[in-house]
Amino acid sequence: MNRTLFLLPLMMLVILAGFFGWSLLSGRDPASIGSVMVGRAAPRLSAPSLREGEPALTEALLRTGKPVLVNFFASWCAPCLAEHPLFTRLKEREGATIIGIAWKDKPEATRAWLARLGDPFAKAGYDTDGKLALDWGLSGVPETYLIDGNGIVRLHFRGPITERDLSVILPLLRGGS
Amino acid sequence: MIPELGHFALILALAVALVQGTLPFVGAAKGDIRLMALGRSAALTQVLLIALAFLALMQAYVASDFSVANVVANSHSAKPLLYKISGVWGNHEGSMLLWSLILAVFGAAVAVFGNNLPDSLRARVLGVQALIGVGFLAFILFTSNPFERVSPAPVDGNGLNPLLQDPGLAFHPPLLYLGYVGFSVTYAFAIAALLEGRVDAAWARWVRPWTLAAWCFLTCGIALGSWWAYYILGWGGFWFWDPVENASLMPWLAGTALLHSAIVVEKRDALKSWTVLLAVLAFSLSLLGTFLVRSGVLTSVHAFAQDPARGIFILGFLLLVTGGGLALYAWQAPKLSGGGLFQPISREGALILNNLLLCTLAATVLLGTLYPLFLDLLTGNKVSVGPPFFNATFVPICAPLFAALCVGPFLNWKRAELGPALVRLRAAFAVSVIAAIVAAVAVDGRATLAAVAFGFGVWLILGSLVEFAGRVRRGRLRTLPRATVGMTISHAALGVVVLGAVATASWNVELIRTMKPGDSAEFAGFGVKLESIVPGQGPNYIAERATLVLTRNGQPYTTLTPERRLFTVQRRQISETSIHTNLLRDLYATLGEGDADKGWTIRLYWNPLAPWIWLGAGLCALGGFVSLSDRRLRIGAPRGSKGRSRTAVQAAE
Repeated sequence: MNRTLFLLPLMMLVILAGFFGWSLLSGRDPASIGSVMVGRAAPRLSAPSLREGEPALTEALLRTGKPVLVNFFASWCAPCLAEHPLFTRLKEREGATIIGIAWKDKPEATRAWLARLGDPFAKAGYDTDGKLALDWGLSGVPETYLIDGNGIVRLHFRGPITERDLSVILPLLRGGS
Repeated sequence: MIPELGHFALILALAVALVQGTLPFVGAAKGDIRLMALGRSAALTQVLLIALAFLALMQAYVASDFSVANVVANSHSAKPLLYKISGVWGNHEGSMLLWSLILAVFGAAVAVFGNNLPDSLRARVLGVQALIGVGFLAFILFTSNPFERVSPAPVDGNGLNPLLQDPGLAFHPPLLYLGYVGFSVTYAFAIAALLEGRVDAAWARWVRPWTLAAWCFLTCGIALGSWWAYYILGWGGFWFWDPVENASLMPWLAGTALLHSAIVVEKRDALKSWTVLLAVLAFSLSLLGTFLVRSGVLTSVHAFAQDPARGIFILGFLLLVTGGGLALYAWQAPKLSGGGLFQPISREGALILNNLLLCTLAATVLLGTLYPLFLDLLTGNKVSVGPPFFNATFVPICAPLFAALCVGPFLNWKRAELGPALVRLRAAFAVSVIAAIVAAVAVDGRATLAAVAFGFGVWLILGSLVEFAGRVRRGRLRTLPRATVGMTISHAALGVVVLGAVATASWNVELIRTMKPGDSAEFAGFGVKLESIVPGQGPNYIAERATLVLTRNGQPYTTLTPERRLFTVQRRQISETSIHTNLLRDLYATLGEGDADKGWTIRLYWNPLAPWIWLGAGLCALGGFVSLSDRRLRIGAPRGSKGRSRTAVQAAE
């Protein structure tokens, strides 16, 4: 009994060190905020269309039975520039449905940006005052959500998506269709 | 050429440390006096070699030698000289080198001042110290070599993190390391004692000055860090419960507990295994802090090189040092016989209560700091633990600690009466209660808890002074040991810190306003006018400087000139606060974002008693130094006591 008591500090250390080792080896990023959106039904979607003559974006776009990517971006945002080619690739190679929403951006600036870089979006809307983004729990741009065929948010990326993220996105995109 | 010399000196130092970490142990085990004496000369050689390496790196920084990768990454030719020098330890590699240097300095100090130690104990202490040094030197040489060259050498460097370009932070790391590394000596003493299987009053007498020295430096280091956060981050606060701050607070709490429990070992030969455990823990928590700051397992506002690969190395080292120490403890500590018996109400009892509460505080900080990590790993949930948690846990545990702090020194050893002590403290108690009521009614009726905490601050000051006055009245001022004077200073100073912290945190007045030049506002009884915002130019930054004129009753009072600096090399902005203090309150101004169209965000704080936080912390450390100057604790104790302590050791065998 007495001996065990003296072993206690050592055992606590082993447990602590186990957690530290786990943390280091799992490659987790403590700076990522995580998301409360994942696993819930997609938030409200209503935004005027960026393209003249097209109807406004509605929730129906998220409940087509096919997975959808929703990307918040802006023409003034450099990381959005970095992830843009990946969306183009997703659209062309995978036939992914991508909805783009320009956040706190002037529509004409967004249009010029898309005209210059190419437009990978099936539908594009704008959220000039950022009110829609509040419902989506946006912390900035770019952020990307993957919504499955049933309208449930499956993935939420804060910051630009990268090649590495595609390995998570692709199975869900393909699996759902 | 000089960087290579430094590198070479570092390799030699590793070799010397290996020798120092092995042969003296053999000598101590065999009773070979020559092998034991080797530890002493090795420790002195080691400090020379590491100092040489450190100077070589400093030379590279001062001369802006951009063929050295470390200098390129952290220095710039346009940087002021002070920050070229402080840049040496303002980065991961250099700070590790500083750490090793301080470790070696402490080792050398044991070698030089430890003449009165038994030979085998000294040999073992130096051996343990050297083994820790081996770990750090290997870490530097194999994973973070500060002398690495780049070819071709760039024209100029990237510059030091602008937040670190500040006189407060130039000296914060060295002081902090003096504290952290100082605990390595107590750790070495604890391990040596466990190896010898003997802890006695003489051992405690040797350990106490080292603990005290480390504790004083750590106190200064933490205070300086908090002061820096106060005036450079521009948020008006002084403590943010950030993981990096917590990392330095935990060893401080454990060290404070050790400081007190070592007294019991020294005076009463009790609490031995507990004290040894604390000595191991104080250094382990220092290492844990290093690990948390550098591995990137937690996020923090403080910028430091974070690298999981290094994290693995430090974790391994932490496991070796702490695990080795605790395993040895589990094996040997049950054999340490308990000494003097005592009643629960006695000086010993009070010191145990102090230890229990301080360790609970340390555990609370540890839990709060690591909880986000545990939760994230176990459930994937992200939380952040901040001031609400610590206000709800840390602060209430302080209450019994502060309450008992003034009573403890009145109690006798072995057995004491609580009644007489309380009677002598009744005046202090009454004044404290009145102070709390006045604070609650007159200052701010909403913050009742703050008023209670304020009362505790007054209680700490008065209670300590009453105890001191009692000693003086008994006509013992001249013969009063300095350790007692030091204790009174430190205890009362804690009260000063509490008053400052409570007043600043609870009763500050804040004004955030967007202003254009010419705009005026009312603030805490002052009229504030934004006179102008003009561009400025520093050695390595461009600035916007606001001139705020404060008037009181229409009369000019003072001018505050907060700045926002853009460091051109790193493209980083930092705010330079402007503070006007009269030692009773700070007027604190920062300049935020803005332009001529919309105006600039001006933040003003009126922080009552804010200077007392750092004044108190400084006094606290001063108390420690006064106590350290006590001849009974002096490291190179006079010859007379040498003979006595030797006898004591033999008697204990």
